[in-house]
Formats: sequence, structure tokens, C-alpha cells
Amino acid sequence: SRSQNAFGRSMLGLLGAGTMDEDSWTDVEDTLLLADLGSQAATEIAEKLRTEVAAHGINSPAEAKALLRRVLVEAVDPTMDRSVRALPHDGRPSVVLVVGVNGTGKTTTTGKLARVLVGSDRSVVLGAADTFRAAAADQLQTWGARAGATVVRSAEGTDPASVAFDAVKRGIDEGADAVLIDTAGRLHTKTGLMDELGKVKRVVEKQAKVDEVLLVLDATTGQNGLVQARVFADVVDITGIVLTKLDGTAKGGIVVAVQRALGVPVKLVGLGEGQDDLAPFEAEAFVDALLG
Amino acid sequence: MFETLSDRLAGVFTGLRGKGRLSPADIDATAREIRIALLEADVALPVVRQFIAAIKERASGEELSQALNPAQQVIKIVNEELIAILGGETRRLEFAKTPPTVIMLAGLQGAGKTTLAGKLARWLKGQGHTPLLVAADLQRPNAVTQLQVVGEQAGVTVFAPDPGNTSGVEISGPGGDPVAVSRNGVAEAKAKLHDVVIVDTAGRLGVDADMMQQAASIRDAVDPDEILFVVDAMIGQDAVTTAEAFRDGVGFTGVVLTKLDGDARGGAALSVRQVTGAPIMFASTGEKLSDFDTFHPDRMAARILGMGDMLTLIEQA
Ligand SMILES: Nc1nc2c(ncn2[C@@H]2O[C@H](COP(=O)(O)OP(=O)(O)OP(=O)(O)O)[C@@H](O)[C@H]2O)c(=O)[nH]1
Ligand SMILES: Nc1nc2c(ncn2[C@@H]2O[C@H](COP(=O)(O)OP(=O)(O)OP(=O)(O)O)[C@@H](O)[C@H]2O)c(=O)[nH]1
Ligand SMILES: [Mg+2]
Ligand SMILES: [Mg+2]
Repeated sequence: SRSQNAFGRSMLGLLGAGTMDEDSWTDVEDTLLLADLGSQAATEIAEKLRTEVAAHGINSPAEAKALLRRVLVEAVDPTMDRSVRALPHDGRPSVVLVVGVNGTGKTTTTGKLARVLVGSDRSVVLGAADTFRAAAADQLQTWGARAGATVVRSAEGTDPASVAFDAVKRGIDEGADAVLIDTAGRLHTKTGLMDELGKVKRVVEKQAKVDEVLLVLDATTGQNGLVQARVFADVVDITGIVLTKLDGTAKGGIVVAVQRALGVPVKLVGLGEGQDDLAPFEAEAFVDALLG
Repeated sequence: MFETLSDRLAGVFTGLRGKGRLSPADIDATAREIRIALLEADVALPVVRQFIAAIKERASGEELSQALNPAQQVIKIVNEELIAILGGETRRLEFAKTPPTVIMLAGLQGAGKTTLAGKLARWLKGQGHTPLLVAADLQRPNAVTQLQVVGEQAGVTVFAPDPGNTSGVEISGPGGDPVAVSRNGVAEAKAKLHDVVIVDTAGRLGVDADMMQQAASIRDAVDPDEILFVVDAMIGQDAVTTAEAFRDGVGFTGVVLTKLDGDARGGAALSVRQVTGAPIMFASTGEKLSDFDTFHPDRMAARILGMGDMLTLIEQA
């Protein structure tokens, strides 16, 4: 897109320009800021670039591009383990809990993940533990029907922990391969709702360990994303991030700070509203999208 | 976790009390701190630049008041400028001379449109209006069901002739005809004497040309009195690109900021207002239909700066 190219061009223009004055360095930072990296991560990356430029000298736009790409890829850390633990083990289904603030794409991601698993001949149970949002269970039911997954749901207002418990029980009883639990959107600032989420996880763990807790972050989210991730990590110990809506113009740069602060990898990306618009996160592709 | 602007500026101005005018160096140092504070609040970079330039100009011309220390003085200027931009011309909903008044909602996926439709309907009903909700999102799974539930909660009628995307319906491309649903919704309102029509549309990306075209077609079919752009207060730097895309693709007459019940600073309020000139009209502050308020520029300014105490701070001085 237009802004992606602008990002790449301005960075390369700057790095290829030979001498870098203070204003140019400010512009490097600005460019990173535009991708929502946040001022701290942007400053750190600019500092690192500065060191590398001083050490190696930059002679051509190609070198500049390679250097920039390398520094950014390192910042995203391609060595992290990004596998999603969604396969059965120890004779029971894997259990995946999907959490996040309102409207980020939890239900959609749950549906897409079911589709991926069913597509590789796995049997899936979906737990509709959002018993609050209007028609949330219906929405998950539609996804489940399309994917060919069983949906366990209950009346609006039911305790979400009990729905989650029932879903896992059903998964174990049926010998399913995976149980994916969709939870209600909740702002991390609402302690009552966060406590409720903690309870969902504890109650599920009376039967089976939760293998994967996926925090769904919307790529348009700015600096608040880091705060969200910290609080969700405290409450339910997130094990992976799903970065959704990357098919838009937003770059999702906040995940760079999130990964660094929490050591939790981005595992999946959402690339649209369709059933197949879910992909593994790849550090190089993410950086290339930033560079346009 | 973020430092407030007053903390930052206090650092810059230690020992500068009562200097008459701010030196250019003081102003530069101040500008840097304001810049970081605004960026941490997710104000879009081009808007930050413009804003800082305006502040610099004003700060260098201004005679320092004896009553305020330099930090307070700058905060006062920043606050006043923020309110000026955010507040400009706050206005009420525009009602049609001949009913029904048509309000169309538009925005990115998950921004809070459907919830807002219910909130608006409930609020208008409370003022004696007889709103009709129109279910023109045939895309998101069970969006129509969601609007029906929300309409029931609000105690208003929902026009939903097409069930949209549900498990009983075969998926076939975009499916349904949201333009026809919208057009028929207005006709229905006329026939049944509803004085306001609220059209809930599907979430769409600014870069999705087909979907933006669909929004424009819905607009042309219903000839709305208000098009409200619904934007999530948590949005970051993409606010400008997205606001421009909706302005150019469908156009809007007002802005609604949602999810203000969280702790996002909401710099998007400044970005969207500055870039499009459209007034921010409402604040959505929770998941319940009653969590809804008209927009208060002064509160928003304090929030962006991360200083709820600012007004008291300045009043004391
Ligand atoms: N363009 C795009 N839209 C997406 C993506 N993922 C989800 N959406 C859309 O975003 C909106 C919200 O998605 P949901 O899955 O309902 O989000 P949620 O987190 O479950 O929302 P709540 O349960 O209300 O908190 C819907 O319109 C989805 O179609 C994505 O990767 N790209
Ligand atoms: N905390 C909070 N949640 C909100 C607010 N407004 C909406 N939500 C929640 O945000 C999520 C998305 O809201 P929707 O109204 O479905 O958003 P939408 O724009 O219609 O979404 P799409 O139709 O999928 O594009 C739901 O979980 C809502 O309950 C708000 O002001 N505060
Ligand atoms: Mg959901
Ligand atoms: Mg909706």
C-alpha cells in the first residue's frame, strides 16, 4: 500500500544518504513511530541502526536496505518458538483459550483456527464462553457449522467458566483433538471481568491443563496494546499473540514492544474476514510489510 | 506507566520560575517533551508535528504570567489548544425537516458500530423519538442477530428482512443486498412513522475498494442526514489513514469515539478531528447500552495529556 512504500522509501532514502545528521535520525525514529512501534522501541532500534552504520559504513541503497531489514528482523526475533500447541497429547485434547479486549477478532480467530484443524482431519470442540455479548454464541455457532466443529454453548448470562468446563468435558468424552474456547471481549482495566477470566482458566484446569492462551491484538491498536498484554499476561499467563486485521493499512508495530516486554511470541496473523485468512506469523514477512 | 506531561515538563523547567519569557532553548526542550507525551497518547505523527509548531509559536509570543510557573504556563497553553481543536464547533445531531432523520454508521471492523446503534436508539427513544434500526450488515456472521438482540434491549423495532451471514445460509461471496435493505428500511420507517432511522453497516477496511463502494451506495440509497464515523479510542497511528479513507470513500458528518471506558489515552480524537475537521459528537463508554455520553472536549484534552488533575492544578495557581 501507499504508506508501506512510504515507510520503505523514507528509511532507505535516509540510510542511503551517506551522512546522517541529527534530523535524519529523528526521521528514522519518526518512521518507526508511524508503524506503531512506540517511542521506546523506536528509539532503541534507531540507536542500534546508528551503531551499525557507524561500525560498517553504508555504501549503497542495497546495503542500507539489508541493514535496516536485519536490524528490524532481529528486533522481532525470528528464533522464538511460534508453534501453536493445538494437538492432542497424553490421551486428551489440547485446550486453547482465546482472550483479548473487545472487538479484536477473538471469535473470528477461533473459527479460523477450527477450520485449519478440521482441514487437517482433526476433530474440534468450540466452547462459547462469551455468554455476554449479544449473539456471540450464534456467531461462534456459524463459524463452527462452517468449519465442521461441535459447539458447546449455553444461555446468555450463564457463568462462562461453566460453559468452558462443559466444552472441555465434551472434548475429553468425545475424544476430540482440540477444544478451543472463545471468551468475551473485556477491557484489561475491568478487574471484575479480568477475575472472571482467571476463573474460566482455573475451572478448566480442574480437568485439563490449558495448553495455549492466545491474546488477540488488533493491528490498529496503538500504545495501549502493551498495557493490555501486560495485564492479560498477569491474569491468564498468555502463551501467544494473534495479530489480526493485518490486511488493512495498520502495521501492528506494537507487537515488537509486546514481544520484548513479555517474551511472548506472535504466533498467528489474521489477514481478513474469510475462513482461510489465518496464517503463521513470520518475522521476515512482517518486517517486509513494514518496509513495503 | 506513562509519565504525565506535567511530570515531564516539571523536569524541564526545574529552576526556571518567573523568567518573564521562555527562551528558545526552553521552548525546544518543552516541545520535545510534549511530542513524546502526545506520541505515547497515540496522536498521529503528522498531527503531532502540526500541533507542536502551533504551540511553539504561541509559547514564544506569550508573556509569562507571574501566577504560574513555566511548566504550568505551557500546560495551560497546550490544554487550551487541545480543547480548541477537539471542541471547535461541537454540535447536536442534525434532524431532517421532514422525517425520518437518517443516521448511517460506518467504521472499521469491531469498532463498536452495532453497539452504538443500540445506544443511539435507546438514547433517542428516551427523548421521545421512535427510532428504527436497520440491519444492513449481512457480512459478519450473525451481525443481524446481534442487532436484533441489541434492538430488543433498547426496546426499539429492528428492520431485518435479510438474516445475513448465519449458519443456516450458504456462503456465497458478499451475500445479500445491504443497499436494498437500507433503502427499504427508510421506506419502512416512512410507512410506519418512525422519525429516525439508524443504519448499521458492516465493518470495512479503508483499503477495501469494493466495500467502500458499497458504503457509498448505501449512502446514496438512504441520503443520510448524519454519517457517523465510529472509531475505537485504542487506535494508533493508523487513525489518520483510516479517517481519510472513510472521508474520501463515504464521507462523514460526525465522529463517535468508542471504548473510552478503558485506559487508552485516545490520541485518535485529536488526529481524526484535526485531519478531517468533522466534530466528535459522542463517546461510547462501555458495553451496556446506557454507557453513552455526549463528547466533552475538556475531559478528552486532560485524558490525552494524562492529567485528570490538570484543571485543579491550573486553578490553584
Ligand atoms: N479485515 C479483517 N477483519 C477481521 C479480522 N479478524 C476479525 N475481523 C473482523 O473484526 C470484527 C470483530 O471480530 P470478532 O471475531 O467478532 O471479534 P471479537 O474479539 O470476538 O469481538 P468481541 O467478542 O465482541 O470482543 C468482525 O467484523 C470480524 O469479521 C482480520 O484479520 N481482518
Ligand atoms: N468496553 C467497551 N466495549 C465496547 C464499547 N462499544 C462496543 N464495545 C464492544 O466492542 C465489541 C465490538 O462491538 P460491535 O458493536 O460489535 O462493533 P462493530 O463495529 O459493530 O463490529 P463489526 O460489525 O464486526 O464491524 C463488542 O464486544 C462490544 O460489546 C465501549 O464503548 N466500551
Ligand atoms: Mg467474540
Ligand atoms: Mg457490527
